[in-house]
Amino acid sequence: MNALVAITIVGPIIGATLGLIARDHPRRRDLATLLGLAAATLSAFAILVNVANNGTSVIRAGGWGPELGIVLVADLFAALVLPVAVTIIFVVELFAIGQRRTAWGANPELAGPLLGVLTSGVALAMLTGDLFTLFVAFELILVSSYVLLTHQGQKAQIGSGMTYVVMNLFSSTLFLFGLAFVYAATGTVNMALLAERIPELSNGVRIGIGAWFFVVFGTKAAVFPLFSWLPDSYPTAPTTITAVFAGLLTKIGIYAMIRFHTLMGMDELGSVMLILAGVTMIVGALGALAQSDVKRILSFHIISQIGYMLMGLGLFSVAGTTGAILFLVHHMPVKTVLFLVGGLIENDRGTSRLERSGGLASRRPLIAALFAVPALSLAGVPPFSGFVAKFAVVSAGIEAANTPIVIAALVGGVLTLLSMTKIWLAVFWGKPDDELAEAAPGNRPLMLSATALAVAGTLLISLFAGTLFDLSNRAAVDLRSDTAYIAEVTS
Amino acid sequence: MSVALILAVGGLTSAGIYLITARSLSRIILGFSLLGHAAVLALVASGGPAGEAPIAPAEGIAKAEGIANPLPQALSLTAIVISFGLTLFLLALAARQRTLTGDDLVEDDLEDRRIATAGGEST
Repeated sequence: MNALVAITIVGPIIGATLGLIARDHPRRRDLATLLGLAAATLSAFAILVNVANNGTSVIRAGGWGPELGIVLVADLFAALVLPVAVTIIFVVELFAIGQRRTAWGANPELAGPLLGVLTSGVALAMLTGDLFTLFVAFELILVSSYVLLTHQGQKAQIGSGMTYVVMNLFSSTLFLFGLAFVYAATGTVNMALLAERIPELSNGVRIGIGAWFFVVFGTKAAVFPLFSWLPDSYPTAPTTITAVFAGLLTKIGIYAMIRFHTLMGMDELGSVMLILAGVTMIVGALGALAQSDVKRILSFHIISQIGYMLMGLGLFSVAGTTGAILFLVHHMPVKTVLFLVGGLIENDRGTSRLERSGGLASRRPLIAALFAVPALSLAGVPPFSGFVAKFAVVSAGIEAANTPIVIAALVGGVLTLLSMTKIWLAVFWGKPDDELAEAAPGNRPLMLSATALAVAGTLLISLFAGTLFDLSNRAAVDLRSDTAYIAEVTS
Repeated sequence: MSVALILAVGGLTSAGIYLITARSLSRIILGFSLLGHAAVLALVASGGPAGEAPIAPAEGIAKAEGIANPLPQALSLTAIVISFGLTLFLLALAARQRTLTGDDLVEDDLEDRRIATAGGEST
């Protein structure tokens, strides 16, 4: 188990280093990056099987106890989300290698290795058992995302990159202050020890810490009203980069929130979270309706979907947390696939603006099919994975007899379907504009097959919805009753 | 926790916040370095009262008395390294923005600008 966890965290960064060393030899570079990611993917799945069968396992770096050393905890929640996250990056890297053969896309010398660094950060953020290592993992993810966003140095990227960097740097500074508060109040940054000590604090300090970290993680997760940086910055990056950001970055914020706020028992924040969740869903979906570019519409959807995960968390019940975890697992691949299809459209038409593309359904039926499945899934139409996830969240809301949030969730779903229809009408139906098609580089088989692979993956999620629901439920039970987690780490 | 440290954290934070609300990236960078120092000082302060260097004495750890808490210091060092790297990255970004546009101003939010122009058309 130690080896598996180590490979998942360190494998991608080793691959990235080798890739940077061999950056002038495209084949060796891509091979090194891919091998690192593949090793991480395989070991992440091995961790899932291991944890599902044998329960939580704890790795103490250097053999230090939880008071002093860094503790890595592979519980079912981490083990469930981790393989999905790492697989996504692997598939996107395949797509990127395909796209590199065309003139478009990210700079291959940097983008591949940096995706590896980002993967290491994601794995560390999910497996870590202490708050300070979570901060370091966040920084690892963010630093590589800053470079990925701005490495081409174009005007739009630098302009929106500045907003993105300043916003995230500010929330990282707040994170540091939060660590100081937590350490001053409890004398530890280990999450298991915190879960014991934070409930003993006076109510004011406890809720203050909870609210502070809600703001920190909420900025990363683009929760209303802290979302304005997202739709400006994401669409300017090359498609493969946006796909990874869309699938993972905001979700790491939600992941940290689910982990921190359920473990510390911040149930009092539930009503605030639910109100913000409702507003986030509606504002995100309405924002998407107002846009006229595929990538910008999809970026606003990220915000809207974050609302559903926050709703699951804000209910602070086992059913709600189950829904949030299931939504996380469904949303990451579906969102990534949609952005990859956005990239396919862009490469085919030369633009992702709605009014200048059109008629793709008859000319490129494969792209249309690849778009339709995740789009319907995102809107929550049965039998796709989005339906299962949305059903879990909404039924948890009904169980908690919270009518306003259920109505907001359903309205958000309808609005999402509307804006997906908008993309479909403009891009896939309508009249083709042949003038533009000349300039576009077209799509390579590797890009199409990587996207098809990812779509197949999202279908697998709906196929194994029962198993996933059971696993999410077990993970939620573990998170809600944190005695097992504390016992494993402190023993 | 000493009053001097608290005052220093407060002063640095307010100056930092004032600076990062500016439009030009060079001011924002200065603001972030002040904020970073404030956060690191807060971390150090969270470790409790000052004391001897945290090195285990020859007589054994049980005999150690009045030493400073080393854990927040280790955390602070990590935070300092990270904020140093990020300051450099921000400087590079500001330099790039300057070569592209001639200044280093942070641009308007796209939605804000669209709403502003939409309002201008209707009036």
